[in-house]
Amino acid sequence: MQPEPHDIELSVNGTTYRRAVESRILLSDFLRHDLLLAGTHVGCEHGVCGACTILLDGSPVRSCLMLAVQANGHELSTVEGLANSDGELHPVQQAMHDHHGLQCGYCTAGILMTMTAFLQENPLPSEHEVREALSGNLCRCTGYQNIVDAMLAAAQAMRTAAP
Amino acid sequence: MKPAPFKYIAASSLHHALSLKAEYGDEARFLAGGQSLIPAMNFRLARPTALIDINGLNELARIERSQDGEIRVGALTRYRALERDSAFLKNCPLFADALPHIAHPQIRNRGTIGGNLSHADPASELPAIAVAMQARMRIKSAKGERQVVASEFFQGLLTTDLQAHEMLVEIAFPAAPARTGTCFMEVARRRGDFAICGVAAVVTVDDQGRCSQLRLVLCGVGDAPVDASAAAASLMGRHASGEAIEAVAADVQGMIEPSGNVHATPDYQRHIAGVLTQRAVGAALERVRDAA
Repeated sequence: MQPEPHDIELSVNGTTYRRAVESRILLSDFLRHDLLLAGTHVGCEHGVCGACTILLDGSPVRSCLMLAVQANGHELSTVEGLANSDGELHPVQQAMHDHHGLQCGYCTAGILMTMTAFLQENPLPSEHEVREALSGNLCRCTGYQNIVDAMLAAAQAMRTAAP
Repeated sequence: MKPAPFKYIAASSLHHALSLKAEYGDEARFLAGGQSLIPAMNFRLARPTALIDINGLNELARIERSQDGEIRVGALTRYRALERDSAFLKNCPLFADALPHIAHPQIRNRGTIGGNLSHADPASELPAIAVAMQARMRIKSAKGERQVVASEFFQGLLTTDLQAHEMLVEIAFPAAPARTGTCFMEVARRRGDFAICGVAAVVTVDDQGRCSQLRLVLCGVGDAPVDASAAAASLMGRHASGEAIEAVAADVQGMIEPSGNVHATPDYQRHIAGVLTQRAVGAALERVRDAA
């Protein structure tokens, strides 16, 4: 079968991109290889590990379980868009740094995207709710405890910044 | 890139989607949430010639309540939309119990009720709930429309009554009779994993508090949802005592033939089925009493 390119236009972190993509290109590969936004990591490529989590119109989704062509007309956010333009880290990033919430860092981008959306929706989460929200992101280094600590601290920082 | 090549067509209307399916038949798959189909394609276990993307068909993503209290859910309604609709959860409380068990937030943001039911994974919660709630499946094709009850829709492992040219477009949940309580419980290795066993219980009692109806449907212990309601025959017309519920649970254990999996032996699944039946029936009865 000859590849049939589809013209798509989408916004990633506020920048509009227009590209032609083959139908079978996964959104995760499109972000990394076509847009060169390699902060989104690819782990299992079948929706289990959560490393490739991005925000689609504000909601966390697995970018390995979407086709790039499906993102046509949508607004995406990836880890590259979290920090301020002057380099100041997002409170969730800063808390991960402060609490040693990452070791190898492979899962981190997915966790940051999942949890920024979660904390916006639930600014005052219990530890149980944080663990529940994290359940779709696998981390094989940390044992999660420092990530949970980081998220509770980030929630507090975000509440203080925007009461 | 992981999937084998295919032709992608974004359907512009339901009519367009159904005409495409009539043209391509078994060679094409509808793409809804993609949370089961895309992994299968990434593994190349599925190699459709064409994908008909129905995500733009907003008319399939509605939740409506008819005058007689029936709840009609469009097939493209995502788990997350169900989870956030308090009126829906009040009318269909089995969903309130079951939705948190379905995978993880990222999956629930994309996955759809119609995709889940059409995929018919035997470990999935929703097929068992659809059978327990006696849902009616509304099915459309380019040629017309038909309805089938959930108990006849699920035919076996990943197999439904859907024909090659058809689409499940809506699921209708009839209003429960007065004095009805429900409960869904499941055991999985971790929250969000596939169920080792799950039990949906729907109990109706008469004005004297005696059981007049009890439906019990299990997931994870057969090729399709397992309707074990016959195990409850001894309870009909009686007040459900602890011993009577225990006897129902023992009957359920005798009725099912779980095949075991990497996380559980058949004996363990049978044990869990008994424990969950007992607890779910007890909780459903308690909810009837609380509501009274």
